[in-house]
Amino acid sequence: MTVRTPTFLLICLIVVVAVFAASVAIGNDYVFFAGYVILQYVVLSTAWNILGGYCGYVNFGTAGFFALGAYSTVAIYKFTTGDDASFPISVSIPVLMLVGGVVSGVIGFGMGYLTLRLRGAFFSIATLALAVVLETLVVNWDYVGGSRGAYIIRPEEIAPIGNYIRYLFLIMMLLAVAAITVARLIEHSRLGYGFATIRDDELAAEASGVPTLRLKLIATTISGALMGMAGAPFPYYISYLQPDSTFALDYAVNSIAMPLIGGTTTWAGPLIGAILLGSLQQIATVTISSAVNLLLVGCLLVGFVIVAPNGIVGLVRSYWQRKPEEFVGRRRIDADAPGSVP
Amino acid sequence: MIFSFDLLINALVSGILIGGFYAAVTSGVSLAFGILDIVNIAHPAFIILGSYVAYIVNETFGLDPILTAIVVMPLFYLLGAGIYQVYYVSFEKRGQESLRGLAFFFGLLFITEVSLVLYFGVDYRYVNAAYIGPTWHLGVVEIPLRLLVPCVVGLLLIAALQLTLTRSFIGRAIMAVAQDQLALRLMAVDPIRIKRIAFGISIATASLAGACLIIIQPVEPSVGREYIGRVFAICVLGGLGSLPGAVLAAMLIGIVESLTSTFYGPSWAPAVSFGFLLLTLAVRPAGLMGR
Amino acid sequence: MNSATNGRTVNTDLLQVDDLGKRFGGFVALENIALSVPAGERLGLIGPNGSGKSTLVNCICGTLRNEQGVVRFNGRQLDGLAAHQRTRLGLARSFQLPRPFASLSLADNIRIPLLYTVAARGTVKSVHEIEGRCADLLHEVGLEEKSRRLPRDLTQVEMRKLELARAMASEPKLLIADESMAGLTHSEIEEILTLLVRLNERGVTIILIEHIMRAVMSFSRRLVVLVSGRKIADGVPDDVMRNPEVERAYLG
Repeated sequence: MTVRTPTFLLICLIVVVAVFAASVAIGNDYVFFAGYVILQYVVLSTAWNILGGYCGYVNFGTAGFFALGAYSTVAIYKFTTGDDASFPISVSIPVLMLVGGVVSGVIGFGMGYLTLRLRGAFFSIATLALAVVLETLVVNWDYVGGSRGAYIIRPEEIAPIGNYIRYLFLIMMLLAVAAITVARLIEHSRLGYGFATIRDDELAAEASGVPTLRLKLIATTISGALMGMAGAPFPYYISYLQPDSTFALDYAVNSIAMPLIGGTTTWAGPLIGAILLGSLQQIATVTISSAVNLLLVGCLLVGFVIVAPNGIVGLVRSYWQRKPEEFVGRRRIDADAPGSVP
Repeated sequence: MIFSFDLLINALVSGILIGGFYAAVTSGVSLAFGILDIVNIAHPAFIILGSYVAYIVNETFGLDPILTAIVVMPLFYLLGAGIYQVYYVSFEKRGQESLRGLAFFFGLLFITEVSLVLYFGVDYRYVNAAYIGPTWHLGVVEIPLRLLVPCVVGLLLIAALQLTLTRSFIGRAIMAVAQDQLALRLMAVDPIRIKRIAFGISIATASLAGACLIIIQPVEPSVGREYIGRVFAICVLGGLGSLPGAVLAAMLIGIVESLTSTFYGPSWAPAVSFGFLLLTLAVRPAGLMGR
Repeated sequence: MNSATNGRTVNTDLLQVDDLGKRFGGFVALENIALSVPAGERLGLIGPNGSGKSTLVNCICGTLRNEQGVVRFNGRQLDGLAAHQRTRLGLARSFQLPRPFASLSLADNIRIPLLYTVAARGTVKSVHEIEGRCADLLHEVGLEEKSRRLPRDLTQVEMRKLELARAMASEPKLLIADESMAGLTHSEIEEILTLLVRLNERGVTIILIEHIMRAVMSFSRRLVVLVSGRKIADGVPDDVMRNPEVERAYLG
């Protein structure tokens, strides 16, 4: 059963409203703080999966793109707010997201252009290198605080939602909806088929007429842009931005583990992985320690990758024991999907 | 930036010495990645493991770290063989090395690092040995022994490895398995067994590299992360699978890092090796001495 | 084939290879390869293992870059064109060891060239037409019943047929079939041959690379022999097989 996109969006928005209302009803702001992190990971995992799961190119530099979004915000903040602002205006979060998305998207494109002609393993190593280079540049750029970090003053309230953290939570939820909608659209379109051929056999894909380099560039750009958009509100969330924590490898391991655990072939996988693993981590951090949290991620990642390579989605599918014919036929082109996506 | 001849000479010398150590660190990856095509990004974590083993033995028995490492090498070899077996059955056989194999090693990296944090905490650990304090002075040149010894050990390790690969039967079988598995099978040699041995050797080198590391500097679990890029940068720059190339590349990176650190400040140093890596990948993926 | 028009000689061959050379480091894989394939031809390309047949195909199709020489397709030079661009121009190939898209169904495997090559040419616009052509192709190779299965569920000969069908799906002017018949039974070979003949009768030029001499001899109207990276014979099959150099290459 394939649902048309407008219906899908409607369902998502209903869920958004429901979740938001439920969270408000709980009465404890901690829900919003924890929820924000989980939603952030939904976006990061979904973004990662577009390049990683769909195309088969592993990006270790999630933190780099995330940080680009965050530091764009810091730069704009310094430029427009505070005592020594050069251009005092008020910039809203959605605009910041757009800027973060554009910056990260452009860098994603650039990185892709430099590295996508390389074999998969080299590409992955290059992404790692890029993240470190970016981190070094940021640490040495005093305008955004350098290694000392940057302070962002989070507004107390924003009408009509009230508490600012609730506003951030809502925005991130909407971004998450946007991310999974984009992933879903890709999956059901010609682009999705193209990505799958790149993952399966790039040489045969080229021979069949698939412009692999162009598609890979599209994937890195979209992936990078979404990651940047996820990073843009982060300074407001955390108030004090430090390069160490912003560029942490933890982002990389999570954005890889969540799709692999959830399932890499569909938009639902990263969503499930992010919600499950994200929640688990929140619980572990609070009840035990944050180091155990990472140990958990590592073990789950290794475990799933060995035992259940198709993730939770794969397990569910095989549990229902659908015959191969039934399942594979689901991959169809939606009549309402964009027609000539290159 | 204060330029002085003394500073320059000493920066060069430490660069070369560190380069020797980097070569030792990279030798294992050169074997795994360059020859076996296994992207083991967890290698630095095993090096740190080696450092901690040297630390424990040094703390408890006062034994020299290098000696400890040599004694412990068989254990690391077994660890490597075991990991390869899991890797082969789960990924290589199924043809899923690229995505899942990488994720597997990434997970191992985290598991190792975090386990060390949980057990030892994030305090810096160091070892005590006779050669860690003193520095030789040759005119204006200062040669800290704590850099010299690891450098020498590192170069010896690489030499031993190169000899093994080119002269011994196992070594040549390893080189062969990289190129033609079918031929090996026809000679009734099991390629999987050869690869297992090779990977075991790769991890065994990490034991020695770890001991060298903790001699050079105090170690805490996340120190390995800065080596991930460095190690692959050297590997690619030196040409995959070429140990002599790795030595040259290691020296080069060691020198450039040292110069950058001395004249521009240490906060720029990480960018050096990673910048090199990006440049090499963009311009000449075959490296300096391609296979 | 050259035809004189207004006193100028114009080469009207579909595929023209001039002085092609390819090295791998110090190893010379191909040297001085010259080939002219007119439209509608049934060309057989044979040679011992390692003689460079697949390398030649790879160079023509853009998977490998040749250091020397020029490849012209339909009068147009292919230098610098990526493989997918050459496919879009009408050059298709099947792979020696079948390379299906393992996670996609058979039907989807066929859809890929339709979506990315045929659609890109602008000759089909609607989803409906694509589905129609996909179904036709599957029917033609006899795989329609397994259209929703994955490639791993196929037998040897079915894999080969899928490989050919996928190449056919890009609606090529020239199809290079690389050892599509290795390891097949007598009747299976006949099936593939029939397919190729039918394709040729519809106007597709075919280059058949094969080791199975019976098939090559019955199919080809012209035969080219490659040995150690060089072309040693080029002509009518019967003549070529009587060429002493060719005899030596195969028996000596």
